Formats: sequence, structure tokens, C-alpha cells
Amino acid sequence: MDFKSGAELLALCKQENCQISQIMRRREYAAASPGDVENRMKRVLEIMRDSTRRPLKTPQRSMGGLIGGEAMLLAAHAANKQNICGPVLQIAITYAMAVLEVNASMGLIVAAPTAGSSGVVPALLLALAEQYNIPDERLLDGLFNAGAIGYLAMRNATVAGAVGGCQAEVGVASAMAASAAVELMGGTPRQCLDASSTVLMNMLGLVCDPVGGLVEYPCQSRNAAGVANALVAAELALSGVPQLIPFDEMLAAMYRVGIRIPVELRETALGGCAATPTACNQCGSCSNS
Amino acid sequence: MFPASFISVFDVLGPNMIGPSSSHTAGAAVISGIVRKLIAPPLKRVEFTLYGSFAKTYRGHGTDRALLGGILGFSPDDLRIRDSFSIAQEQGLEFRFIPDETENDLHPNTVDIRMENSAGQVITARGISVGGGKVKIVRINGVEVDFTGEYNTLIVIHQDTPGVVAHITRILSDHNVNIAFMQLFRESKGHTAYSIIESDGVLPGEIPRQLREIPHIHDVMLVQP
Repeated sequence: MDFKSGAELLALCKQENCQISQIMRRREYAAASPGDVENRMKRVLEIMRDSTRRPLKTPQRSMGGLIGGEAMLLAAHAANKQNICGPVLQIAITYAMAVLEVNASMGLIVAAPTAGSSGVVPALLLALAEQYNIPDERLLDGLFNAGAIGYLAMRNATVAGAVGGCQAEVGVASAMAASAAVELMGGTPRQCLDASSTVLMNMLGLVCDPVGGLVEYPCQSRNAAGVANALVAAELALSGVPQLIPFDEMLAAMYRVGIRIPVELRETALGGCAATPTACNQCGSCSNS
Repeated sequence: MFPASFISVFDVLGPNMIGPSSSHTAGAAVISGIVRKLIAPPLKRVEFTLYGSFAKTYRGHGTDRALLGGILGFSPDDLRIRDSFSIAQEQGLEFRFIPDETENDLHPNTVDIRMENSAGQVITARGISVGGGKVKIVRINGVEVDFTGEYNTLIVIHQDTPGVVAHITRILSDHNVNIAFMQLFRESKGHTAYSIIESDGVLPGEIPRQLREIPHIHDVMLVQP
């Protein structure tokens, strides 16, 4: 069982009368034993969960010194009941910031699909799990669903910031998270792909401009913004708001935009945030003047 | 079997890794994890020359700790990578990092690794980190090669002379080894050649021993994932 596009994936879901996660599972079972696949995914979930929680207890300064402690600030703000986001988004952005803090301080994370975008998928899935009491078995469904979207992005476009900008990293991560959220909250496969398409549309053109060339700033904040984008897109899809442009076409559009982004804005740290005077003063290793 | 291009769900949700960068941290650990298998332990000294983006950002990405961690045998998801400097010191392994920002024609994430073991043997290798924790070894002892370390890999260093490759394939066939890829690289005609054989299945440890008995074969290295 294999598929090469979102359209083929939807056709398989219809033919087999099942969710995207089941199709992705069967595809994986053809390459490795089901027991191994499930155990590996349980380990992914375990690492993800740990990386969302750790900075809330023990904040860590990043290797480059640009971030550290943000997740704890968000949690404290919410504990004082001062948060203006609703609970799902508030928890999710806290977790997204937390995972990037773990990553930037040489902690253990799961690239999803990259290290720089590793916060979005765990943040949204685990925030939903807390708010709606979703059991781990269902979260694993969510991860397989997210994996299907990420696989299509890797196969038919790119997930590398150096090739397609941040829209290809945090953008794709958010598209994955949105699709998984829709499946977990009872949406159809079509609504999953609609949500992914909406995320890519709304994050189209986002550049990759890491200060000092490090996976710290603005990456951490962009993971939080990515979660918000995913949540918006999932809500639109679950409400039945139609998405005009199919996922496959939007993915192709994202890729075409990505390769047209000037090289200064594709992970080279020569433009955008990285080239602001403040950023240049912050980082000793920065090669800009 | 699926072609090498099969993208698994764990290529998307993975690798499980010590941050912050799949190319600059995880890939760095993978490169030196492969390269360490090219020389008999124990290692006495290791030197890393970093190029391109590796040279510019290695401290902030922990590329140095990851490279040394890989040499110590730590996988990319092993938290000991963070403490690889002190662990290497405890083991009496000397290490040095040399950033070279003058060389601009290489892949941006390139490292040259020079290893010396306690027997005084020296092996050099060049690795590149191509993204997502995937890597390539592109040079051994100055000879251009090309393998990923994702397969069971046999590296045979031999005289560039007729018949040697036939010996290699005969021994592999005696052990019922199915060859996925086989490539031959050489310094120049008649000099030292490198045969690199990649196989899906595990290569029995007897193979290197038998190969070393063949005339014109100088050395054999086995890199199993």
C-alpha cells in the first residue's frame, strides 16, 4: 500500500474506508514488522512528551545563549490566570517553546520533520490530549497521520529551510499538526488535507533567518506561531469551511515559492532577523557586518 | 526490498536526536560514528578540521561535542554527547578542532577527521552531513569514495591489479552475501584501489579475515550500521 500524493491518499482512505493514520500504518507495516513500527512510534511519543515538560521544571540556557526559560514564563503567566489564549492554544504554545528550549540546550528531541520545527507536532497533540483526555493509542494515530503529511512534503517538495525557507520547516510541521488534530477531533481525511493546505497557504513565503545561524531565535517563537496556525486551520476544516486549493497544489506552490526565496533568507543567516543590527550585536559568531 | 528512496514515517518523525540541528549535531555524530569503525581501537588522538557552515557555527550547534561523541561510539540520541569532552579526557583521548573558513568549494557541512590509534596507525576520512541526520563518507586516506553507512559496508583496500575484485566477489558469494551496491575507487592506475561493497544483510566477521589472506589486499574495514 503506497501513495505518492494527497489525492492518492484520499482515494485510498475512501477505498479502504479508513483514516489517514491507518493508511500510513499499513504503508509502514509493509517495510518493517508492525510490532517494531508501533514500538518505535511509542518511543517517539515518549521523547516528545518528555521534551514538552522538562523546561517547565528545569529551564536551560541554550548553547548560543539566545533563549532559555520562556516555557516557564508562559506557564507562570497561565498559572496566574492571566493568559489571553484559550487553554488548548496556551498549553500548546508553552509546549512548543519548551521543545525548542530542550533542542537548543542539547537535549533529546524528535525531529518533526526537522529539529528547528520539532516543537509544533508534539505541542498541539499533547495540548489536545490534556484538554480532551485523548489516550496515548489515539495520539499514536495522530503521529501516523502527521507522518503521512510530512512524507508527502519530503517526497514532493522539501522540508529543508536551506531549500525552501521556514515555510518548509515550521510550515510543514504545522501542516502535519493540523491534519493530525483534525483526525483526532473526529474530522474526515478530506478535512485533514484541507487543514494542511490552509496552513501552507497561511504560512506561504515565511523565510528562514536564524540569528547567528543557530536553531534558537526566531525558531522558538515561530514554532509557537506555527501551532497557532495549525489550530486555526484545523478549526476552519472541522467547521466545514471549504479550502479552495487542494493540498497537492498548495504543496507545489510552497515549493515553487521556496526555491524563489533569495539565498540570504534560506538558513544562511545573511538576511531577515539575522541581519538586524541588534541580532548582529547579540551573536559573536555572526559573519555579517 | 524498497528502494533506497523509501521515505519512512520515521524519516519524518525522526531522527530521535540530541539537538539543536539534524545536520550540524545529529549528522556530525553519525559521520564520526561511521569513521571510528575504519580504525582498530583504542584511539589515542583525533583531529577534526571543519569547513563551511561547520567551521562558522560549530560551537553553537554542538557540532564539536557531537563529532567527538560519535568517535566515542555515542549514537545521535545519546545524552552523553553533551559531556563528550570530559568523557574523552577521562579515556585519555586527545582531541582538537580546527575551523577552516578559507576552503569554500566544499559541501557546506564538511569535516575531515584524522584518527591515530595506540598502535600508531593513522586513518583520515572526510564526511559530509547532507541534512536530516543523513551523511556521506566521501574520502578515505585521500581517496575519493562514496557511501552512506546505512548499509552493511565492506571497504577493501587493495593493489589496483587484475583478479583482486574476483577474489572479493568469490568470498562474498561463498558466504551467500547479496551485494546491494559495489563500487571501485582508485588513487591512480596500478596504485591503491578501494572496493566498497554495500549489502542488505549482516556481513559475517569471517569475511574480513579471509580477505586479508588474499595477495594484493592491504586492509579490510567493516562498517555495520
